[in-house]
Amino acid sequence: MAPPPTVIVGAKKRKIINMGDLVFQGSTTFFAFLVFALVFLMAYEMYRGSGLSIDKFGWSFLWREIWDPVQDEYGALVFIFGTFVSSVLALVLALPLSIGVAVFLSELAPRWLEKPVSFLIELLAAIPSIVYGLWGIFVLVPWLRISVEPLLSKNLKFLPLFRGAPYGFGMLAAGIILAIMVLPIITSISRDVLQAIPTAQREAALALGATRWETTRIILSDAKSGILGATLLGLGRAVGETMAVTMVIGNRPEISASLLAPGYTMASVIANEFTEATSDMYISSLIEIALILFAMTVLLNAAARLIVWGVTKKFKTA
Amino acid sequence: MKSLTIALLLLVLSLVVGETAFAQMKLNGAGATFPYVIYSKWFDVYSKKSGVEFNYQSIGSGGGIKQVTEGTVDFGASDGPMSDAQLQEAKGKQGTDILHIPTVMGADVVAYNLPAAGKDLRLTPDVLAGIFLGQITNWNDSKITSINPGKNLPDEAIIVAHRSDGSGTTYIFTDYLNKVSKTWAVNVGKGTSVNWPAGLGGKGNEGVAGIVKQTEGAIGYVELAYAVKNNLPYALMQNKEGAFVEATFESVSAAAAGASKNMPEDLRVSITNPDGKGSYPISGFTWLLIYQNMKDKSKAQEIVKFLKWAMADGQSYTKDLYYAPLPEAVVKLCLKKIDTISTN
Repeated sequence: MAPPPTVIVGAKKRKIINMGDLVFQGSTTFFAFLVFALVFLMAYEMYRGSGLSIDKFGWSFLWREIWDPVQDEYGALVFIFGTFVSSVLALVLALPLSIGVAVFLSELAPRWLEKPVSFLIELLAAIPSIVYGLWGIFVLVPWLRISVEPLLSKNLKFLPLFRGAPYGFGMLAAGIILAIMVLPIITSISRDVLQAIPTAQREAALALGATRWETTRIILSDAKSGILGATLLGLGRAVGETMAVTMVIGNRPEISASLLAPGYTMASVIANEFTEATSDMYISSLIEIALILFAMTVLLNAAARLIVWGVTKKFKTA
Repeated sequence: MKSLTIALLLLVLSLVVGETAFAQMKLNGAGATFPYVIYSKWFDVYSKKSGVEFNYQSIGSGGGIKQVTEGTVDFGASDGPMSDAQLQEAKGKQGTDILHIPTVMGADVVAYNLPAAGKDLRLTPDVLAGIFLGQITNWNDSKITSINPGKNLPDEAIIVAHRSDGSGTTYIFTDYLNKVSKTWAVNVGKGTSVNWPAGLGGKGNEGVAGIVKQTEGAIGYVELAYAVKNNLPYALMQNKEGAFVEATFESVSAAAAGASKNMPEDLRVSITNPDGKGSYPISGFTWLLIYQNMKDKSKAQEIVKFLKWAMADGQSYTKDLYYAPLPEAVVKLCLKKIDTISTN
């Protein structure tokens, strides 16, 4: 902001301070810091709330595998594993599809097609999580239980990934639902990143005799870090997703190598058990799980934003 | 300006009118899903009769106990009685004792989804514990086929379903397994939430009924009303005397008949695995958790009136909804307890 003008009145200099500007500047700064303070306050409250379980379990809470409300013995490992595996599975399923759609929308699609398809993809992001959950229970899970999982467990039995009874409910169902939910995020950000790369790059490649596919490969390698940022944002959403996952994952606090087995994520255990947790240690452990989830999400989102910001800045100054 | 004034006047008027309408008494309660079916009926009938409105949230017995301890509701409901430690905590926070008033009795039934087995599958306490411990994993295991000679059980995996949230239905079920199986008592224990050795978790009685209904080979415990409403077949349980009993209101009442003789003073009693040839072994009371000394005396008076109605007319609604009414002797003890609620 430019310093207020100085006016020489008589022998003294006087700054004309516009009251309105000062109030405006002050209040907007205040609101900006308020948002920051809110996040900080939430983290502090969670830290305070998990005091009991931090005192009892310390760092070992992160790698204890037990979850027993009767004995008041808790550990987060099962949930960290569940969150991690379901999110990574979602990315493995969604990423090829997302990048494909993004490339289609930015490079190959005619203008009249690109807008409606982009709109439809973004509509997927607007569907509430619980609607996905209901669809999962009534459509996805029976389909997996009847058609897909028996096939997988019979033919790919040699892989520990596909062993076990076909419940329908389980890690695979959660991974598929999360893949559908992160697809719009990764697609729209990747598409934006690809469109931010100047046309000059494409023209240069084509001028040198590259084919359409080779040009696209060059553009993709330019957009690498942007797509990585989009992936991390998608991962951030997958990690925090609650209702859709809890309705199809089977809610079983157990670590298993098989994708067909039921599991439990951090967000699901909080949603299921927090309102009914009666002992103080129980509540404190659940709050500690919330704190771990909070930290994970903040780190992922911060990393993603930094990367995406870096890429778009690089191409703006080019 | 004129339209603004009119709008403001209308707003003020509606608030004034609204105030008089809201002068009607509203009581908030929360807790068990087990008796939710009959409580909804009672609140509906009673509010038409008396004008007092009830707002009941069926969030689970654990939730009911917690909200009553924190004082966020006017009354709670639970199928698992509060422990001494929980009662101490509540007394410390709210400054008054919490009374347990039994309202109805219900049964946890073991529902299953196995078309080949048809109706009336027989289960013994050992087999039930074995299934829920994850030790018996196939429907044609010899332990199950030996007690069901007439049935052709298929070679299918048993898929166990249990509650993922804290629940009094779980309390009654695990209390029963705790009594009949040493392995269960040592490894798992009883409570509104336990560390289940096997199975998928569903949210609420509705969640477990949903898993059983959808998944062939599934077995789970639900409140009788939920099994009937979802057309799920449920097993005949062998009771202490060795008879295989179906859960009906007669067999559940028979389970309580003995209990009333040795009822403790605070009315917290477990009636799982009782004596008596006709008793259904997995039965339980469900309680309303009432503050003995409520700060708002007009609310206390309304609650006492409702409780007395529930002990008399309310019991007539139980049979149609697959609950069992309280035995006479228990009703007498309840009325005595209700008289100790301070209303002035």
